[in-house]
Amino acid sequence: MGEQSGAQNAWDMLSDEQSQKHTTTGSGDLNDILGGGIHCKEVTEIGGVPGVGKTQLGIQLAINVQIPVEYGGLGGKAVYIDTEGSFMVERVYQIAEGCIRDILEHFPQSHEKSSSGQKQLQPEHFLADIYYFRICSYTEQIAVINYLEKFLGEHKDVRIVVIDSVTFHFRQDFEDLALRTRVLSGLSLKLMKIAKTYNLAVVLLNQVTTKFTEGSFQLTLALGDSWSHSCTNRVILYWNGNERYACLDKSPSLPVASAPYAVTGKGIRDAVSSNHKRARVT
Amino acid sequence: MANMPVSEMRLPPHLAHLLAARRLDTAKDVLSLPEVELMAILDAGLPTARAAVALVSEAACPPCQTALALLEERVRLGGGGRLATTLCGLDEALGGGIPMGKLTEVVGPSGIGKTQFCLKLALLAALPEYYGGLDGRVVYIDTEFKFSSRRMIEIGQKSFPQIFRQEGLAQKMAGRILVTRPTSLADFTKSLEEMKVTLLQHDVKLLIVDSMAALMSLENEKATAGFRQHPLRWTLSFLKSIAEFSRVPVVVTNQVRSQSNDDGYHFSFEVDKKDGNKCAERFDSHLVAALGIQWAHAITVRLVFESHSGHRFIKVAKSPMSPAVAFPFVVESSGITLLSDESIDVTGPEITSIRCQGQNVLAR
Repeated sequence: MGEQSGAQNAWDMLSDEQSQKHTTTGSGDLNDILGGGIHCKEVTEIGGVPGVGKTQLGIQLAINVQIPVEYGGLGGKAVYIDTEGSFMVERVYQIAEGCIRDILEHFPQSHEKSSSGQKQLQPEHFLADIYYFRICSYTEQIAVINYLEKFLGEHKDVRIVVIDSVTFHFRQDFEDLALRTRVLSGLSLKLMKIAKTYNLAVVLLNQVTTKFTEGSFQLTLALGDSWSHSCTNRVILYWNGNERYACLDKSPSLPVASAPYAVTGKGIRDAVSSNHKRARVT
Repeated sequence: MANMPVSEMRLPPHLAHLLAARRLDTAKDVLSLPEVELMAILDAGLPTARAAVALVSEAACPPCQTALALLEERVRLGGGGRLATTLCGLDEALGGGIPMGKLTEVVGPSGIGKTQFCLKLALLAALPEYYGGLDGRVVYIDTEFKFSSRRMIEIGQKSFPQIFRQEGLAQKMAGRILVTRPTSLADFTKSLEEMKVTLLQHDVKLLIVDSMAALMSLENEKATAGFRQHPLRWTLSFLKSIAEFSRVPVVVTNQVRSQSNDDGYHFSFEVDKKDGNKCAERFDSHLVAALGIQWAHAITVRLVFESHSGHRFIKVAKSPMSPAVAFPFVVESSGITLLSDESIDVTGPEITSIRCQGQNVLAR
């Protein structure tokens, strides 16, 4: 086979896939159904009802991507694009503290020492490595996604981009629905390209809406029909009895599966009923 | 930023002229078009269209801040960014009180105490700082004619007897609270627009809308189903942007309604697993918040006022800072008081349901 520009043979891709890095979600059960965590080079959509924990998970990922390599993490930085104003910085601080506490618990020989290049295990350092954009309209959302190509070229250590939430402004202000579909397709292609080019994870948080299918009203992710094919993976967060659950609803290589998780003071962790004995950091 | 004129963007002259010639005057005009359509309108090649989009995007994109810078800004502004309610257990659960710059919703059945809560908050925001208040003005949008000055002053006198004994203070406090009574959504919209200027010029520290649901139900009677969401969407965007822009807390009250068949409860992958019995459990006496799921997504904090087991409870149903907890309360002459500062944990479906004794609505 010749060297066609952009084409790779499947064998080379296999070794790429195997060495693919992922970011832990904080919950071992959740990581398991995701094949280790949120994957780099892929776009993952996470949707759920209000209050189920989407923003909590988004913030957790923005922190966990920064876990230093020597503790099993990616040692990267995060971009957090906030379209709804849900980002509460005191909570981010709490989650950073929780992550650090878990690292120190699992690696007791390390204290808050730092050698050159190693991240100091202080919450302030974790907060300093989250690049935050506050977006107030769909125009700004389009602008920031376009601008990311340049921004990421200048900040090559970013390993995750979280958009919270991706559909908010498009549900509100767009009058021409056909145009909206075209614009959204363009955006989703751009996001996929960014994920692959810069070897990072793109996480899109989404709201829910109701849809009439099969004789009843069901919950579904917003802008579903025009948007649903745009993501590599889709995770739905929902309530199952008294517990929070995540369902991997779409994946190129993993089966559909559900797992429980919990939102604690420290952030996202395994549910109390989990089989995992300790909260895993990596 | 969306309306940023292209002329202010300092683009290379040939691009600036090209966009101006095609009447693409703002960032929104340029960025709302898919690439291919932009190429067609500009009658230019792909590299030119891409260059235009990249430069306009960079200009229109809001500046980036690190989360650390946000934290430092919060610390610098002081006050922890909260309006303390003086209900200790609740304040602790919320991380200090009602957050500034965000939308907080108070929802519950009628008569449970939502307006009483709002009256107390209005008072607290008006009080001088050395008494724990925000020392500012309050805008109270009263859509159901429930605001009572007499009652508010009574709450003040009973909660802060020392303060209110001072001569003229009651008058001064009451003078800081501006009450408007829109009778229609159009009226309300107009007051909100005028509000923007008021907020900035007159040192307003709290905005209360009591109640939002009442306004929307007026419109629902007139509008068709598809259109119904529009006034709410606009109002939602506007309230959120006012809140963030002026850093004031915005408190909105909402009503309840009984669950209907139109409410979806499960995702498609869940429905397969549920049997008929479980589906039926939904059609019992629980109530839901009015205004729909889009509204529920948009509010930052949801406080549910409900009653069951012979008591009334304030439940923190949605908050980025705390798990779902509830506190029992009563309404006295001094306003709302918590019976206990010890929170009660709430899990699962209880978080989102709203219970009201004595008002069971059965859909059987």
